[in-house]
Amino acid sequence: MNALGSLLLVLLLAGLGFAGGQVAGLRPLFGVVVPYAAFVIFLLGVSHRVVLWARAPVPFRIPTTCGQQRSLSWIKPSRLENPSSTLGVVGRMALEVGLFRSLFRNTRTELREGPRLGYGEAKLLWVAALAFHWAFLLVILRHLRFFLEPVPAVVAALASVDSFFEIGTPGLYATDIVLAGALGYLLLRRLLSPQARYLSLFGDYFALFLLLGLAASGILMRYAVRIDTVAVKQLALGLVTLSPVVPGEVGPLFFSHLFLLSVLGAYCPFSKLMHMGGVFLSPTRNLANTSRMKRHVNPWNYPVDVHTYAQWEDAFRDKLKAAGLPLEKE
Amino acid sequence: MNDRGLILGGLLLFVGLITLPVWYNVAAGTPSRPPELKLPAQGKDPFGTAEYMRASHMSLLVAWRDEVVRGGERTVVGRDGKTYAKSLTRTCMDCHSSRAEFCDRCHGYTSARVSCWDCHADRRLAEGSAR
Repeated sequence: MNALGSLLLVLLLAGLGFAGGQVAGLRPLFGVVVPYAAFVIFLLGVSHRVVLWARAPVPFRIPTTCGQQRSLSWIKPSRLENPSSTLGVVGRMALEVGLFRSLFRNTRTELREGPRLGYGEAKLLWVAALAFHWAFLLVILRHLRFFLEPVPAVVAALASVDSFFEIGTPGLYATDIVLAGALGYLLLRRLLSPQARYLSLFGDYFALFLLLGLAASGILMRYAVRIDTVAVKQLALGLVTLSPVVPGEVGPLFFSHLFLLSVLGAYCPFSKLMHMGGVFLSPTRNLANTSRMKRHVNPWNYPVDVHTYAQWEDAFRDKLKAAGLPLEKE
Repeated sequence: MNDRGLILGGLLLFVGLITLPVWYNVAAGTPSRPPELKLPAQGKDPFGTAEYMRASHMSLLVAWRDEVVRGGERTVVGRDGKTYAKSLTRTCMDCHSSRAEFCDRCHGYTSARVSCWDCHADRRLAEGSAR
C-alpha cells in the first residue's frame, strides 16, 4: 500500500508538471515560481534543521567503536575505527561520508534448518547505495552545464569522461546507467525482501520513486524525446541570475523533470533525505573517543545539594547511640 | 562539546556551494541573451523544418553516415525535389557556411560535444589557413 500510494503520488506529480508545461499560461508558475519556492524551502529548511541539530547538547563522547581504543603504548590502537585525535575523526568521517563504511559492515541473519542461526555478509546494499550516491553527485555536477555560462572546462571534461564509450548520439552517459540500475536495486530490495518491505514506510518509497521519476524523465529527454536544450539553458540561467525568463515550447517532459526536482528539493528538509546533513552530525561518528583520556564534565552541571550519610548520622547521633546502634564515627 | 562554530561554518559552506551558479554567473558577467546564429541568407532547409532540424539534426547526420558508409547510398532527395549529396562539409555547410558562427554557438552554449570534427576537416578553416 505504501509502495503503491507513493508511486501513484509521484506519477500524479509528474503528470501535473507535464500538464502544466503544456499550458502557456501555467508555464511561469511551473518554470519560475515553483522552482524558486522549492529552492527557498530547501535552503531555509535544511539550514533550520542543521541549526536545530547544532543547538542539541552533546555533553559526552558517545562513540560507537569497532576497534581497539588507544590506551597503553604497547597495545596497537585502531586509529580510524576508534580515533583519539581530530585527524583520526576527520579520516573516519571522510570514509563514512565518501565510502559508507558503516554500511559496509552490513550483515544478514538467516534461520536455517536445524534450527541453526546463520550470519553472513551482505554487501549488495552497500554497493548499490555507493553507486547511487556517487552517480547522483556526478549527474548533478554534469547539470552545471545548464547553470554556468561560460561552461567551465571541468564540467565539459566530466561529461566527456562520462560518455567515454561513445555509444549512440548523443553519447550514452555511464552514470545514467549506474544511477538507474542502483535505484532499481534499492527499490526491488524493499519490494522483494519481506523484512525490508515490513520496515518500509511511505517516505522510503516516495523518495525512491521521486528519484526514479527524475532519472527516468532525464534519461528519456536525453536519449528518446528531444527537447530544446538552448531554451532549457536560458531558463536555468535566468533562474540563477535572478532574471527569470519564461520559456516557450521546451519539450513535454522537461516540466515533469523540473517539477519532480522542485518537489524533491522542497521535500528534502522534512524527510529522511536530511541524512545529507545528518551524516556529518552523527555524534557516534564525529567525536574522538577520549572518554578515558580526558575528563568530560557536563558543561551545565550545577552544584547539587546532597545530604550525606555522615550528615544524617551527625543529626541523629544521640538517638542512634541511645538505641545502641553501631556508628560509623564514634 | 561545543561545535556550533564548526557546524555553522559547514552549513555556510554548503549554502555557498549550492548557490555557486549565482556567484559564478555574476562574476563571469553572463549575458541573458541566447546564442545568435548566423543563418543562411536565403533558401529553406530541404531536409526538415527548422524545429525538426533543431531537435534532431544529429540523428539525421548519423543516419546519413550509416547509409553512406555502410549502404553506399550517397544521395538524398530533399523536400524541394532536388538531389543532394549526403555530406556534412559540402551539402550542409554550403549554406550554413561557418562552423564557428553556426554549430559552435549552440553546442558551446549547452556544452554539447560534437564528434564530427574529430574526423571531418572544417573545409573553410583549412582553406583559410592555406591561403
